[in-house]
Amino acid sequence: MSEAQFGVGQRVRIADRTPPVHHRVPWYAKGKTGIVVRVCETHGEPEKFIRGDGKPARRLYRVRIAQRDLWSDYAGSADDKLDIEIFEHWLEPAE
Amino acid sequence: MSEHDHHHDHARTFQPDHPEPTTDAARVGLALRELLIEAGHYTAQEEQAVIAAMQGASPANGARIAARAWADEGYRQRLLDNAAEAIHELGFDLAPYEFTVLENTERVHNVIVCTLCSCYPRALLGMSPAWYKSKSYRARVVREPRKVLAEFGVELDDDVEVRVHDSTAELRYMVLPQRPAGTDGWSEERLASLVTRDALIGTQRELPLPEEQ
Amino acid sequence: MSEPWGPHDVGGLDAGPVDTSEHDTAYWEWQIDAMVRLALKKGLISDFAELRDGIEKLDADDYERCSYYERWAKALAYALVDRGVVNREQLDGKVATIRARQKGQALS
Repeated sequence: MSEAQFGVGQRVRIADRTPPVHHRVPWYAKGKTGIVVRVCETHGEPEKFIRGDGKPARRLYRVRIAQRDLWSDYAGSADDKLDIEIFEHWLEPAE
Repeated sequence: MSEHDHHHDHARTFQPDHPEPTTDAARVGLALRELLIEAGHYTAQEEQAVIAAMQGASPANGARIAARAWADEGYRQRLLDNAAEAIHELGFDLAPYEFTVLENTERVHNVIVCTLCSCYPRALLGMSPAWYKSKSYRARVVREPRKVLAEFGVELDDDVEVRVHDSTAELRYMVLPQRPAGTDGWSEERLASLVTRDALIGTQRELPLPEEQ
Repeated sequence: MSEPWGPHDVGGLDAGPVDTSEHDTAYWEWQIDAMVRLALKKGLISDFAELRDGIEKLDADDYERCSYYERWAKALAYALVDRGVVNREQLDGKVATIRARQKGQALS
């Protein structure tokens, strides 16, 4: 298994892109910044499931994003969070 | 194939209390099923076995896991650290999905959704509720979780942090509810009887004790 | 800000109150569920992502109109026709047969 590029506690930014194929990043999380809360196993890359292309293994992370960073009009507490699974090739280090 | 072909007949049979759906989309499904069975890709017997296996899963499995965690601190820790291994101890297996247990505390409330489809630990907890698959739940619980939870009767103070978990494919989640007060010394079986499906999803927070006899 | 990609990408969109009433799974829904599991097990499709992909290719009206297992049915049909496991004419013919059969049952 490949070495994980990111560690727990690291700030990461989710890529803001929309490949014209099946992918598992919801629109609302694209371009958002959060913190890695768990380094998961590797799983097949969803974008490459198409027959014949194989499904290369990619590291998966759980990323925690503050609700107020997701929705400018978020009505709940400032402490509320959203956790989401994101593959490594969708993440870059963030300040 | 003849009209009297065994598989053929089986493929068609609907019991009287299982009426066929009459929407075009559902007919596509029925048609596909009959074609696959007629072509020998699978048999009606295999279908029945799969259905029976899936119907065997239920929230009672999650309740058993939660009760064990409440009763056994070592198990609780293993469950939170590596849920897949911990549920294996009780004979459950969700592979290839990474199973993850989210613990509710005084200060944290967890709730699970899958906005893109409806990922759910089916093999453990059984069929997900219809509302879990609805657009309203999937659309709103990530943006206004407190309001949606209130519709389920869960009113949270501001000092309770809400954590929404959007399940996007490879992981499967279950909430570990808080153990209700007044249950000291209860057996695991009795504890498990308190745990509901909605508590395991996070749309219920309090687990009421049954009325005293 | 990006926007939803496909009719399935609904997180954060406006929607009405959640209908929390319970729904018993109909037997045909279990059959569709089993069909998808068996299609995977038998290698007719290689990955659950093929089903998701088919669902995401539904047009917005179709997606909204279809129930959960209707979407599964249409998506699996899409994948299996695409793969040549069944052909479109066979499928259309079988749908017509089922429609006629149901009509006959309704009259009898």
